[in-house]
Amino acid sequence: MTLLLARRVLTLTLTLFVVSVVVFAVMNVLPGDPALVVLGLDSTPEAQAALRERFGLDRPLPERYLDWIAGALRGEFGTSYTFAVPVSELIVERLPVTVPLALFATLLTVVVALVLGVVAALNHGRPGDWAVMTLSQFGVAVPAFWLAILLVLLFAVALRWLPPGGFPGWEDPVAALRALILPTVSLALVQSAILARVTRSSILEVMRLDYARTARAKGLSRRATLIRHVLPNALIPIVTIVGLQFANVVTGAIVIENVFYLPGLGRLIFQSITNRDLFTVQALVLFFAAAVVIANFLVDVAYILADPRLRKGAAA
Amino acid sequence: MRLALRPLAALGTAFGLAAAPGLAAAETAVSIGMQQEPTVLDPTADATASIDAMLTANVFESLTTVSESGEILPALAESWEVSDDGLTYTFRLVENAAFHDGAVFDSSDVKFSFDRAMAEDSVNPSKDIFEPIASVEAPDPRTVAITLTKPDAFFLFSMAQGDASIVDPSDVETNATNPVGTGPYRFASWTRGDRLVLEAVEGHRDAAPGMIPRVTFRFIGEAPAAVAALLAEEIDAFPGMPAPETLEQFKADPRFDVVVGTTEGEIILAMNNARPPFDDVRVRRAISHALDRQAIIDGAYYGYGEPIGSFFPPHHAAYVDLTGMYPHDPEAAKALLAEAGAEDLEVTLRLPHFPYARRSGEIIQQQLAEAGIDAKIENVEWGFWIGEVYKNKNYDMTIIAHTSPNDMGNFARGPDYFYGYVDPDFTALWDRIRTEPNPERLTELLQQGQRHLAEQAVHGFLFQLPKLGVYDAGLSGYWASAPVLFAPLKDLRWEG
Repeated sequence: MTLLLARRVLTLTLTLFVVSVVVFAVMNVLPGDPALVVLGLDSTPEAQAALRERFGLDRPLPERYLDWIAGALRGEFGTSYTFAVPVSELIVERLPVTVPLALFATLLTVVVALVLGVVAALNHGRPGDWAVMTLSQFGVAVPAFWLAILLVLLFAVALRWLPPGGFPGWEDPVAALRALILPTVSLALVQSAILARVTRSSILEVMRLDYARTARAKGLSRRATLIRHVLPNALIPIVTIVGLQFANVVTGAIVIENVFYLPGLGRLIFQSITNRDLFTVQALVLFFAAAVVIANFLVDVAYILADPRLRKGAAA
Repeated sequence: MRLALRPLAALGTAFGLAAAPGLAAAETAVSIGMQQEPTVLDPTADATASIDAMLTANVFESLTTVSESGEILPALAESWEVSDDGLTYTFRLVENAAFHDGAVFDSSDVKFSFDRAMAEDSVNPSKDIFEPIASVEAPDPRTVAITLTKPDAFFLFSMAQGDASIVDPSDVETNATNPVGTGPYRFASWTRGDRLVLEAVEGHRDAAPGMIPRVTFRFIGEAPAAVAALLAEEIDAFPGMPAPETLEQFKADPRFDVVVGTTEGEIILAMNNARPPFDDVRVRRAISHALDRQAIIDGAYYGYGEPIGSFFPPHHAAYVDLTGMYPHDPEAAKALLAEAGAEDLEVTLRLPHFPYARRSGEIIQQQLAEAGIDAKIENVEWGFWIGEVYKNKNYDMTIIAHTSPNDMGNFARGPDYFYGYVDPDFTALWDRIRTEPNPERLTELLQQGQRHLAEQAVHGFLFQLPKLGVYDAGLSGYWASAPVLFAPLKDLRWEG
């Protein structure tokens, strides 16, 4: 376990370093100019030059990178060109939207997928299976933003049960949760469609194995076999896909936050890239990269919990 | 769909599931949708149009202001005198103005604000409007005397803009996040990416009965989300609807008024005049002949928008209709191209993300094909457009709206500007235009300018960007058109 943790910390550090160099280089190679974004197309060259100097854009690239990384190691991620406030402030104020959204969406994905997957597997070849497979085929094919628009038209415009978008803040927890329901569902349904198919095939595969047949043969019920013997072993590929899907949830949040005009990190990164707001993009990409690496670490831990053989190996 | 689901909605209400209706707050508050979200709240530091749209003339005031019809009106200056040579403006300031933090407004604030905008390290987005100013003097607390180096026909208009907002010296560092001005609304709160809230200032000299006490701007970037927010009555107005195809459903709905006005945005098919074959006026004229403006407006903007034949807004008093100069005629276009030796032209058309550009682009591609021009479309994101097309001037053709008022001077900006258009005759004419103190002469010169640019066919002049607004039917006192970037809130009223 300690070894695993140490390996993951090393991976995280290396990943973040490589990502920071790549983002810095790419943002500088991309055509664009934050000074022109801020001052507009009708601004004078003198004002643009004054602003570039203020941003430090007139200095050599390696020097700017070293300055930035020195600050980052002290926990200072620079000041946003366009928002004119520290980048850390921009990120912190948007965490209360994106973090709950990503967690709720992942949770909902897993719950829906497990239920549907189990139902499909238990009814293998029968109408229940057929229904789940059709539904998930539909879910895989539908783009999340389109589903989001349909959900808004039904639940916000026609039924008036939920707000069409926006986020009122956590001062009013009920309103905040209501605001996150449609975004969570939009984000989770597509993911759970994929995961349900994985769950179904994983369970079916394990059910065909000798020990599952033995369990049935020694008199265990279908349900008991499923819960005690099949599910624990079927979980391993499911956990892998959940880990991979977490990255999809993060990128999906960029689209969903735009559709539901949520002031979250996804919308911020979209805007910052357009504005060539280097330090904001840099910090956000590092944040997302760290989140994905940490999610993969949690998947590894989950493997160990799910598979006693790995637990023994880690303990040795 | 909405009708079919009504019974279900009633069911939801019966079970207490419905959201609290916005009607209760209608009398004391209004919620306005904005497509573009601001990054800072200081109009003197950032050109983002939504900053002006929300704050200028509401939170911040300038010496003058502009009415919806374009007339110059008093603001922080109650009156002014202009010397006979047009070089000295003496402004008499209002007596009873104060900043929202309690600081008294006087002539020293004006001098400070202008000196700051004119300074060498100034990052004012419209620094050029201060360029004619030689000096700003404040002989007494209620008088400001501004001396110009040369007459400026647009000076009083320029002084009305958000870039010329009067700020208090103690607030300049914090205005980006906590704007403090002298206007009829004060800044209350801002959640970046979500909403901005303003509150009416009690006892303000412009305060009037019925003024709405609380105004909330909500930032909604996507067109489908804007439609849903209006239909769900989450917001009361969307003054700049991004998608013209959505207007029909609001026209049919008695809860809403759909208001179509004009803007200062000329949409052009810009050609890189520095790059062959666009350096040949015959090629540019051929392209003008190839364009069918009405088909572009109908196809790309659902018929909203007025065709233009030069670079000037049709609602302006000095406008001349030059749309007939190059009638739609693919054969005439082909003949001109043959004459210029530019047959079988292959060009690229780089389109920024704006709906008007992407949609017009596809229609224009077809129209150019009819004239034998093969235009390849490249869709580019905004940052790329700014860097490659605008800054590096690396493009053949593009489509863009120029939204500033009085911006014919773009054609006098020479080889460094992305037009690549160098025309000493027009530059001389523009110098005369902007220094012409006599209004009648100014009108004549502006008309001469329009004709000149049309004759040179510098770009394909397409149409004037319309202002498409959707408002709650109970709301009044808003501007249908946008003669400037700002829009005052103080006349907004709930009826009934």
